[in-house]
Amino acid sequence: MSLIGNTTLSFTEEQAMLLDVAREFCRDKSPITAVRAQLESDCGFDQALWHEMVSLGWAGIALPESCGGSGLGVGALVPVVEAMGRAMLGTPLISNALAGQLLLRTAATDQAERLLPDIASGVTATLALLDNGDWGDDGIGLVLDDERVLRGLKKCVPDASVASVFVVSVSFKGSAALAIVRADQLGAGSLSPNTLIDQTKRAANVDFSGITVDDNNIIAAPAVAAALRDVRLLGALLVAAEATGSAAACLDTTVDYLKTRKQFGKLIGSYQALKHPTVDILTQVDSARSFIYHAATLVCDDALDTDAEIACRMAKAQACQTLLYAGDRAVQFHGGMGFTYDCDAQLYIRRAQWSQQQFGDVQHHRKQLARLLLD
Amino acid sequence: MSASKQELKEFRVEVAAWMQDNKPADPGFLLPQTFMEVGDERQLEFLRNWQHKIWSAGYLGMAWPKEYGGCGMDAVYQSIADKEMRRLAVPICFNVIGLGWAGPLINHIGSEQQKSKYLKGILNAEDVWCQGFSEPDHGSDLGNAQTRAVRDGNEYVLNGQKIWTTMGNFAKYMILLARTNPEAPRKYDGLSFFLSPMHVPGIDTRPIRKLTGEFGFTETFFTDARIPADSIMGEEGQGWKIAMQTLQYERGAEAGAAGGQSMVRITVDDMIHQLDGVRRDGAPVLEDPVVRDQVVQAIMEEKALFLGDRRSHIGHLTTDYPGSLPLSHKLRGTEMTRRMRQLAINLQGAEGALYVGDDDARQGGFWQRAYLNSFSATIGGGTSQVQANIIAEHVLGLPK
Repeated sequence: MSLIGNTTLSFTEEQAMLLDVAREFCRDKSPITAVRAQLESDCGFDQALWHEMVSLGWAGIALPESCGGSGLGVGALVPVVEAMGRAMLGTPLISNALAGQLLLRTAATDQAERLLPDIASGVTATLALLDNGDWGDDGIGLVLDDERVLRGLKKCVPDASVASVFVVSVSFKGSAALAIVRADQLGAGSLSPNTLIDQTKRAANVDFSGITVDDNNIIAAPAVAAALRDVRLLGALLVAAEATGSAAACLDTTVDYLKTRKQFGKLIGSYQALKHPTVDILTQVDSARSFIYHAATLVCDDALDTDAEIACRMAKAQACQTLLYAGDRAVQFHGGMGFTYDCDAQLYIRRAQWSQQQFGDVQHHRKQLARLLLD
Repeated sequence: MSASKQELKEFRVEVAAWMQDNKPADPGFLLPQTFMEVGDERQLEFLRNWQHKIWSAGYLGMAWPKEYGGCGMDAVYQSIADKEMRRLAVPICFNVIGLGWAGPLINHIGSEQQKSKYLKGILNAEDVWCQGFSEPDHGSDLGNAQTRAVRDGNEYVLNGQKIWTTMGNFAKYMILLARTNPEAPRKYDGLSFFLSPMHVPGIDTRPIRKLTGEFGFTETFFTDARIPADSIMGEEGQGWKIAMQTLQYERGAEAGAAGGQSMVRITVDDMIHQLDGVRRDGAPVLEDPVVRDQVVQAIMEEKALFLGDRRSHIGHLTTDYPGSLPLSHKLRGTEMTRRMRQLAINLQGAEGALYVGDDDARQGGFWQRAYLNSFSATIGGGTSQVQANIIAEHVLGLPK
């Protein structure tokens, strides 16, 4: 058996159509001026635009038709999210989709029928998973006690301020479980917005202490632990897809500058010191794209197998490494201009730090890959 | 009539069985991994015999016409045979310039007489071919070749120098790019393409000793060397076009090449297998966290290349920079290979410093030699730096 293993990569008609639509939509609706207009707004995105995305069916792409989705599977989100990343378009789509995936994989039928159609129709849901800064820590600090009362807080909950529903990982009777919390259950002051390095994103620390969860909103199935692992992998994949899009846009921004800026009487793009690293960015973006669509081919609604796990982790490691490099070089290659807030390079270098820290960083995933490939 | 799936499957099994039964035993000396590493007579004889054996069994030149030593079959059979040779890592078919460059060219545009004269000797390995493109002062700038060919009656008179002639000292024929018209307005239009004999007065070769300590290339000197005028392919001035045409056969049997594997692929799996028993800080080397991370990166690099090949066939996923994957393939593949081989040595511990000839060298110094040889690919055929310029200018549209 070769270490290279599975190299399946296919792309369906539906995914091709989604990619076309998503690219055009994001290009038209989310030019960089629109992105900048939201940098300091409260929710970080244009609500009307989010509703348009929902009306295109994007919130339900990965959910089954029986739950109001289009049944295309979670892999079909990859082209959409890549297009959004390219346009630096925030919105809670990723949070919403992942919350949907976690419920799809764990909820009892009646819970799924109650919750998933809302998510497919754009009622914003998000995941609250992080107890501390360590994505590699499988322990869960937030406790749901025997009285069904939550004790503790979650960190960096994405899109918390706009979420109507929180799917919260909890420790319940010593096992991993999920609590579904409505936004109107949160007490005053329980939401502390984070100041993020990426101003196109929003997150908050959320204190769930004191909230009582009724049995209808507890998922304590044995499948929860494995589903949490799978959804983290899917999260890694979607962030990788987004980062790949952002890296491609970052490359375009840099290339445009190298073609127009003159120094010492020459276009700076003619200097090999700038040319060759820019080619490195291109080849890295190529690798990242190959990995995300490979992973998109392998993920499915069922439990992820080892090939899919390897693919998601490689996608995340490659895409984030790529964006970190592309953003870093974009600032440098823009010279003095790159040091200013007005230069778009800052958007990408900031996005790179955000993406790197979602669902495990490059080093985390490579360490897990070593276990999967070498042991 | 195209072959059925069943027939192809049966053929694959047949070829695999033959290769396994006939794969030569370890000769006790290091074999070349590529045709650019044939350094001495005993390697040459070994590879000549091996290629002859494959041809005799009917697994080489399968799609070439019967009357010229081929089998007249569908190219798909050759592709299958090639794939099996690669998979089973049998020794190379070393007469690569003949099999993959000169032969297909003669097959496509050569005269009846040229076909009869050359093709069979290419397949059965009796006639070794070499290539005379690069010149000392124009390594990466092929179009600027200055070796002169002047028509004189029924002959051309050659003067000049070529370098990096693979197996120049063993070759009977050379595909040669020479300048017939120095006055042509475009430098490319002054070039002509020849099938030149090597064993004529005035053509001398001098072996180049590579950084590995071995031989494999020569310098080739032309001093008033006279070759028959009908050695020319096409017309005067068509040399550049024909030289470019030879490059397309690299795509394999389906594109016209005779087949046979030209290099033994060395994968990251091979790199890991060679680490059996190697220890670092008192534990197996693959338990070292730093090493593990480096190995994972090497695996990812190799996998990304495979996946890129897959993706390159999906139009929707290559829209940004359509030329990017094909044009960067050489740069990425060769640089990856170089880095991986360097890593393989790094991980050997103290034995990493041993070389071919030391009894304790891991696999007889295979990795040390392979690493040094890997530069032939990062330098030959346009250095990685020139490749990066080409990608920057032709894919990204950056200024020259």
